[in-house]
Amino acid sequence: MSAFTAREPLLSVRDLTVGFKTDRGPITALDRISFDLGRGEVLGLIGESGSGKSVTMRALLRILPQKRTTISGSILMEGRDVLALKRRELASYRGNDVAMIFQEPSLAFDPVFTVGRQIAETVVRHKQCSWDAAYARALEMLELVRIPSAKSRLDNYPHEMSGGMRQRAMIALALACSPKLLLADEPTTALDATVQIQVILLLRELQKELGMATIFVTHDVGVAAEISDRVAVMYAGRIVEMGSAADVLKSPAHPYARGLLSSTIHGAMAGERVEAIPGMPPDLANMPSGCAFSPRCAMAMPECRNVIPAPASVGAGRSAACIRVGSVAA
Amino acid sequence: MSADTLASGNAMPLRASRGYWSGVWLRLRRDPVSMACLTVLVLIILASAFAPLIAPGDPSVGSVARRLRPVGTPGYILGTDELGRDMLTRLLFGGRMSLTMGILPVALALLIGGTLGTIAGFVGGLTNAIIMRAADILFAFPSVLLAVAIAGALGAGFVNSLVALTVVLIPPLIRVSESATTQVRSLDFVEAARASGAGAFTIIRVHILGNIMGPVLVYASSLLSVAIIMAAGLSFIGLGARPPTPEWGLMLNTLRNSIYSQPLIAALPGVMIFIVSLSFNLLSDGLRSAMDVK
Amino acid sequence: MMEQATTSSRYILEVAGMTKHFNVGGSFGKSRKVVQAVSDVSFRIREGTTLGIVGESGCGKSTTARLIMGLIGMDCGDLLFNDRAIGRSAREMKAFRRQVQMVFQDSSASLNPRMTIEASIMFGPMVHGEDRAEARRNAHHLLERVGLDPARFAGRYPHELSGGQRQRVNIARALALKPKVVIFDESVSALDKSVEAQVLNLLIDLKREMNLTYIFISHDLNVVRYISDHVMVMYLGKVVEHGPSEALFANPAHPYTRALLASMPSLDPEKRTLSAPIAGDPPSPIDPPQACRFHPRCALARPSCLAINPALFDAGPEHVAACHRSDPKSPYWTEGEAQ
Repeated sequence: MSAFTAREPLLSVRDLTVGFKTDRGPITALDRISFDLGRGEVLGLIGESGSGKSVTMRALLRILPQKRTTISGSILMEGRDVLALKRRELASYRGNDVAMIFQEPSLAFDPVFTVGRQIAETVVRHKQCSWDAAYARALEMLELVRIPSAKSRLDNYPHEMSGGMRQRAMIALALACSPKLLLADEPTTALDATVQIQVILLLRELQKELGMATIFVTHDVGVAAEISDRVAVMYAGRIVEMGSAADVLKSPAHPYARGLLSSTIHGAMAGERVEAIPGMPPDLANMPSGCAFSPRCAMAMPECRNVIPAPASVGAGRSAACIRVGSVAA
Repeated sequence: MSADTLASGNAMPLRASRGYWSGVWLRLRRDPVSMACLTVLVLIILASAFAPLIAPGDPSVGSVARRLRPVGTPGYILGTDELGRDMLTRLLFGGRMSLTMGILPVALALLIGGTLGTIAGFVGGLTNAIIMRAADILFAFPSVLLAVAIAGALGAGFVNSLVALTVVLIPPLIRVSESATTQVRSLDFVEAARASGAGAFTIIRVHILGNIMGPVLVYASSLLSVAIIMAAGLSFIGLGARPPTPEWGLMLNTLRNSIYSQPLIAALPGVMIFIVSLSFNLLSDGLRSAMDVK
Repeated sequence: MMEQATTSSRYILEVAGMTKHFNVGGSFGKSRKVVQAVSDVSFRIREGTTLGIVGESGCGKSTTARLIMGLIGMDCGDLLFNDRAIGRSAREMKAFRRQVQMVFQDSSASLNPRMTIEASIMFGPMVHGEDRAEARRNAHHLLERVGLDPARFAGRYPHELSGGQRQRVNIARALALKPKVVIFDESVSALDKSVEAQVLNLLIDLKREMNLTYIFISHDLNVVRYISDHVMVMYLGKVVEHGPSEALFANPAHPYTRALLASMPSLDPEKRTLSAPIAGDPPSPIDPPQACRFHPRCALARPSCLAINPALFDAGPEHVAACHRSDPKSPYWTEGEAQ
C-alpha cells in the first residue's frame, strides 16, 4: 500500500470477469473488462439492459451473491486488491472508500428510521464518533445536497420526502463518510425531467467540490453527456468503446456505439426515420461466437464470427473493440 | 423494415411452447419429496376406495375371543381392535370416511368461497364490503371451536360435520381468492380486456380465473391437512362419524382404553391421520414452489 | 405529411371540459382528500395526426388516457367521436371501444401470462363476435405485420419474449379490433433505446398504412417531438400549452414548457446544461396550488398568478397557452414590472 503514489489511478480494473450460475446454465455477465479511473474523474458507463453495467458496479462494491458468482481478474483501489479483502476490511471499504447510490432510494433507506438517524448511524459506524457529532455531520450533509430547511428534514421519515428530495438524501447518505469513489447506478432514471436535471447538476457540483471519482451508470446518452469526463459503452458484458465523452458521443467508432447514438431520438429529427439497430441484444446464456454484436452489425465480415475483438487504440485515450474499427473510424 | 424487425425473432427456436400447468407438473415431478407424498396419497386413496375388494375381512364383524391381538398375528397383519375386528380392514374402510370428510369440505369451500371471493374482488365496492365483513365475522372465531359449535348444534353425523367443516373453511378461501382477484384485476391486461369491450363475466372466465387458480389451489391444498385433522377431531369427540362406522378419529377414541395393553394398535389410526396430513402438507409446499416460477 | 394532415382532415376525436377528481383517505376519521387528477381538459385531434401529451408525474396524462378509453368514468365533460357524442350506455361504449384502443407501458403486465400470444390477440375480436378461425387468421397477419413470425411466436407465452417483442404483441392486440385511434401510454419508455427506435419506426409505418390517429403519451420530450404533429403539455391536471409540435418546441409560450425543454439533457458533452431551469419537485395533485397551478415554481409569477386562473390564449396558429405573463393581451401581462 505504501508503494501507492498519487500519480497512479485511483481505481484500476483488469480483466474483470463475472460469471453466474443460473437455472439455464452458467453465463458470463462480465467478460474481461479493464479500465482505469483517475482521482476526481467521472466515468459514464452506457449500455442497454443486460449489458453488464450494474454487474460491474456490484462487483466493484463486492455485493454480488457469493454462492452463485465466480469473479476473476483484479480490482485495485489505491493499489489494494479489492477482491482479496476480508470481511472486516470490506466493511470499511464500503462506505469509507466506495459508496453507491441507486435508482430507487428505497433500496438505501429503511422506512422505519428517520433520514437523519440513518445518515448519523452510518457515520458512527464508519468514523467511530459520538452520536452528536454524527448528527451534526448528517445536518451538514443534508445542507450540502441543498435540501431546503435541512434541520427539520433530519427528523423526516423517507416516505415524508418527495422523490427528488429522497434522491438527494440518498446522495447525502452515500457521501457522509467522504468516499473516494461514488458508484451511481441510474440514480436519475426514475425522476421527472425537471428533477432529473437538478440531481445531475447537484452530483456534478458535489463531485467537483469533493474531488471524488464517480462511475455513473446510465442507459441515457444525454445523461452521460451531462456528467461524464470519459464514457465506456458496454454491450453483452464487454466494453466495446471507451474514450473521452466528447470523442465517443460526437464521433463514435464502434458500430454498436454508432447505432446506439443514431437510434437515440433527439431534437431536430422529426419526420426522419430513426436508424435503428436491427435485432435485439444477445441472450447471455446463448452468446454468438466471436464479436457479440456481429449478428446485428451491418459491417460484419465472416471473420467477426471467429474472434472476440480485443480493445485497440483508436486515437489518444480512446479504444474500441472491433476488428473493422480502422476502416470504420477512417 | 420487415427485414430488420423480423430478424428479432430469428433467435427463437421453432419448438412448441409448454403451457403453464404442464410446466408446473414438470417441476413438481422433479421434486422427490412431492412425488413421494403424491405416491403415498394415491396409494392410500386407492386402497380406501377399493377397500371392499382388497380388505381381508369385514369392518364391522369382530369376535370378543380375538380382541386386541398384537400386530403381526397371522391372518390379522395389523392386529385386531378392542372388539376383535381386523385393524387393517378397519383402517382401509376408515380411510373412506376420513378422507371424504377431509377432502369434500375443502372442495365445497373452494367452490363457494372461491366464487364469493372472486366476485368480491372483481366487483369491489359495497359487494366487496358485505362479503368480506361476513367472512370476517366467521373468521373471528377459532376454527376448531367454530366447527365444534356448529357440529354440536346440528348434532353428530356425517352430513352435519361436513356442513360444519365447510362453513369453517369458507372464510379463509374467500380471503385468499379475493386478494388474488384484486391483485390480478389491477393488472393492465384486465384493463386491456375491458378496453376491448369484454363484459365482466367474460373477463372473469378468461382472464381472472386462470391467474388466481394457482395461488388459490395451493392454499386449498394446504387446507386439506387441516380438514383431515379437524374431521378426525370431530369424530374423536363424538360429533362426527358414529360407531360402528370405521373412521380414524373415532377409532382413535375407541382404542383409547387399550393404549396401555396394545399401544401400537391404539396408535395406528393416529399414524394414518399423521401420514395423510403430512403428505398433503408437503405436497402443498411442493406445489407452491413448483408454481412459483414466472 | 404533416401539412396535409393538419389542413385537410376533419376532427376525429374531441374532448371538452373533461374533469376527474378522485377521493382518497376519508376512512376512520381521517380527513377526505381530493386528487384533482384532470381538471377541465379540452382538445381535439384531426384524423391521421398524432397528438403528443407530455408532463411529469401527477400531471394527469395517464388519467386522461383512461378517461378517453372509458376505463374510468369522467366527473364531467364530453367526448365526441366523429362529431357524435359518446353516451354512457353499455352498448354505445362497446361499439366505441372498437374505435379507440390503447397500448400500455408495462409490456408484461398488459399480457395475460396464462394465455398464448395468439389467444391474447384473438380475445378482443372474439368478444365482438368474430369467429375463431377468422380471428386466428387476422392475429397471424398482425403478428407478421408487427415483425413477429407467426410460426414462431403465435403459440408462445409472454414470459418467453423480450420486452420489445411483447410490446409488438401489445401493438398487434390493440390493432386487432381495427381501431381508428390508438393511445400509447408511455408504451416505448421501458424499452432499450435501440429497441425503442425499432418500435417507433413500426408505429410510424402502421399509422400511414392503416390511416390511424395516435395519442402518444410520454415523459420523453425528444420522442414526443419526433412522433407528434401536435403536442399538449399538462401540469397538475391542467393543459398549460397545446400547439403544433414544431411551433411549440421552437417557441414555447408557457414558462413550464420552457423549463421542461431546458431540462432535457444535452447530447453534447461540450454544451452541458449549466443551471437547472426550475427548482423543486412537481407538487402533488392533492390540493394543488390555487389559480395558476405552476406559480409556486415559476420565476415569472406575480400576485395575479396566485389569484386568477389563467385562460388559454392564442400564441400562434392552433397554438394556445395558459399564462398571464406570456400573453401580451392579458391585463396582468406587465404587472409589477413598471416599477
